Amino acid sequence: MCKSIMHRVIRRLSCIVAAAILTACANQHGLYQWGSYEDQVYAMYSSPGKSSPDEQIAKLEADGEKARAQGRTPPPGHYAHLGYLYFQTGKLDQAIASFETEKVLFPESRPYMDRLIGRISK
Amino acid sequence: MKQRLYRALLIGLALILGGCATGSSYDYTAFRQSKPRSIVVLPPLNLSPDIRATYSMLATVTRPLAESGYYVLPVALVDQTFRENGVTEPGEMHQIPPGKLADIFGADAALYITIEEYGAKYMIVSSEVIVAASARLIDTRNGQLLWEGKARASSGENQDSSGGLAVLLVKALVSQVANSMGDQGYPVAQRTSFRLLTARPGGLLPGPRSPEYAKVVGQ
Repeated sequence: MCKSIMHRVIRRLSCIVAAAILTACANQHGLYQWGSYEDQVYAMYSSPGKSSPDEQIAKLEADGEKARAQGRTPPPGHYAHLGYLYFQTGKLDQAIASFETEKVLFPESRPYMDRLIGRISK
Repeated sequence: MKQRLYRALLIGLALILGGCATGSSYDYTAFRQSKPRSIVVLPPLNLSPDIRATYSMLATVTRPLAESGYYVLPVALVDQTFRENGVTEPGEMHQIPPGKLADIFGADAALYITIEEYGAKYMIVSSEVIVAASARLIDTRNGQLLWEGKARASSGENQDSSGGLAVLLVKALVSQVANSMGDQGYPVAQRTSFRLLTARPGGLLPGPRSPEYAKVVGQ
């Protein structure tokens, strides 16, 4: 009897501890909705050619939509990287639109994005 | 059984406390004056024999910096811009004057990373993968050093009292991509980057997009 109460208490405490850890995580690392951006950067260098630019685009687009659906922001660089992939596949209008989105989300990116847009538009 | 539960509880508590308990007296005078908002990370200089180190590390730096409140320029695009201008080696990239980086990328600060160790260390009974790196944050407008630090991580660690939460987090992040590609350095590099580049006392100050910014850096 006593033992089962003990167990229940321990179980509840465990839940509280787990919740505390998760809350701490959410607070510490909750600015952006991270999709596959980092892994795509990694894959681009570690196994070039393994996935086509179109596949990479599809993944990043899906990440962006998922973030939007959840009212969250994709990380810095997400739309710039997507723009680069559009550029590589010759989708210049989409590339420019994507660089513009990066600028809207992160005005700090303006000088570099303007430079990239300027090069495409030439 | 009960004992095991107690132990789990204690470890949980230690993790929480470990995540909070930090303290150091780094001189942040230049950093506080500079107030960088955006950071361009140059492809890391690799002193290890593993040629994968530079770009594995580069892929891991955005998250800790961005979550610490900075705008991080798109790392692969930055690398591409260097290459298009005929600069292909990280060693050459690190030689470019900071003012020029400000012109090209519009970044307030540049981060120079050096990978000291990357890869497996073979020991008598086991082997572990180690990634160690140092970093310098430079104000691109005047070339001044804002902060420097170093960090190390190993695949052999299971508990870590200095950065309990970070380890816990990174465990969740450990990417299946890396596992499937056989570069065991990548998940360890993620851990190293988290330790090196997450804002904390003694580490980087939080950036303007961090909820901690007003409290720690002020206006």
